[in-house]
Amino acid sequence: MTALRIFAVGGLISFRALFSFLRPEIYIPSMLVAPIFQILLFVYIGRSASLESDEFYVIGNAVQYAAVPCLFAMIFTVAGERFQKTLGYILVSPAARLPLFLGRAVPVMVNGFFIAVFSLVVGGLIVGIDIPAGSVAPLFFATAVCTFSCTGFGLIGAGLGLLMRDQAVLANIMFGILLVFTGANVPIDQLPGWMQTISSVLPFTHGIEAAREIADGASLADVRGLLATEAAIGVVYAAIGYAFIRNAERLSLRHATLDRN
Amino acid sequence: MAKGWAIHFKQESRNPFFLWILICTPIIYATIAYFLFRGGKDGQTLAAAAIGSAMMGIWSLTTTASAAALAQRRRAGLLELLVAAPVPFWAVLAPITIAISAVGVYSIGASLLYTRLLFGVALPIEDWPAFVAAVPASILAIGMLGFLLGAAFVRFRAAWAVGNLFEFPVWTICGLLIPIAVLPAWIEPVSWVFAPTWGMNAMRDAALGEQSAWDDIAVCLGLTVAYCVAGALLLRFFLRSALRRGTLALT
Repeated sequence: MTALRIFAVGGLISFRALFSFLRPEIYIPSMLVAPIFQILLFVYIGRSASLESDEFYVIGNAVQYAAVPCLFAMIFTVAGERFQKTLGYILVSPAARLPLFLGRAVPVMVNGFFIAVFSLVVGGLIVGIDIPAGSVAPLFFATAVCTFSCTGFGLIGAGLGLLMRDQAVLANIMFGILLVFTGANVPIDQLPGWMQTISSVLPFTHGIEAAREIADGASLADVRGLLATEAAIGVVYAAIGYAFIRNAERLSLRHATLDRN
Repeated sequence: MAKGWAIHFKQESRNPFFLWILICTPIIYATIAYFLFRGGKDGQTLAAAAIGSAMMGIWSLTTTASAAALAQRRRAGLLELLVAAPVPFWAVLAPITIAISAVGVYSIGASLLYTRLLFGVALPIEDWPAFVAAVPASILAIGMLGFLLGAAFVRFRAAWAVGNLFEFPVWTICGLLIPIAVLPAWIEPVSWVFAPTWGMNAMRDAALGEQSAWDDIAVCLGLTVAYCVAGALLLRFFLRSALRRGTLALT
């Protein structure tokens, strides 16, 4: 019961505490307007290159933009505590670590899902793509799976962020990697072999492909393999990220470097 | 102003976050542009994309950092000192934003080097004098546009977020990676107001030799003056209001 309370209530409270700066005048430009312009940029690049359809870029970029909340927010849930000098209090508490850190991931995922769906709907309306009504719910489900896997990836960033001074650079590097390697804008088969190998183990790659197939009329059953792979990638990254954080905690306790910026 | 520029240039060029923006932004977008455009028959498209991705890095840094320049000084407790100094405040802020933009030379170098080494895309410079003139003219104009943004957003607590809002739209409408001709017709006149449009035209024309770059360079210099005047007037208005109400240090 305590673990459940830490997971649910603790996670929500920490999200509100760490991201109270996300007032509408910051949230709307950064999280709601910026992805629309990213979509428009790549739609026009795509039209100029005559490589893929508008729908390709709308879906790819709408889903990929979930990386901003999923990566930055996930990294900041840990780095932010250190910045505010509360990380030591959290880690010295007897709270179980698994619900403590995973509970913080849930609001991040929900926020990422909302932003991706908003970008998909608004970007699609502006550009004028046609998605069958029956594909909307499965498309949103695929988006949710993508935000789950990217949040797991963000947990790795959170663990690495404990060892680094400048977490914003790390988050931006991870965002850039996802923009290039996941097929959001460049079809995977256009990439060289070594890049395709990296793509296959990154979040979003399989989920974006599944979302595009769903938008073209495929059912959830048709893309279950892709979504299962996407979810599995998220689980693996979450496990690695959790291990990183626990190891960083042990190292910092041993060397007394927990609060060092 | 020259000393202020030099100090801020040294300071900003050591910021790891700024260096990330300047070096990695062009790498990311040059990579995407390469894979999207390499199937095209026009080889000059890739060369232009190398310049465009460099300009994207410069604009990305300028729009975010310059918009937040005053807010940062306010948080550091320096704003009142800077305003109280006998030097006109616009002469204090302008070197900061121009220095931020000037750090963009890292972006130009990174983009051209990266596309040459990894993709074998060489940038032929047809008109070297024009290209050498276009780079500082572009940086100066973009820096002064950053000065105008900094002055305009001084009242915003989260000026960086408002400045960040201009990142993707300017990338899109200024022809950095895509020809303006593919955009809706009404966007072209809007793009004329932004320095990256003319900076991109100047560097591309000087490099590829399709047209004379000197008229674009002249427009960059003209916009520099226009931004300076507009920004100075805005700063004067906001500072007078803040001094009258005693709200200069308040966020």
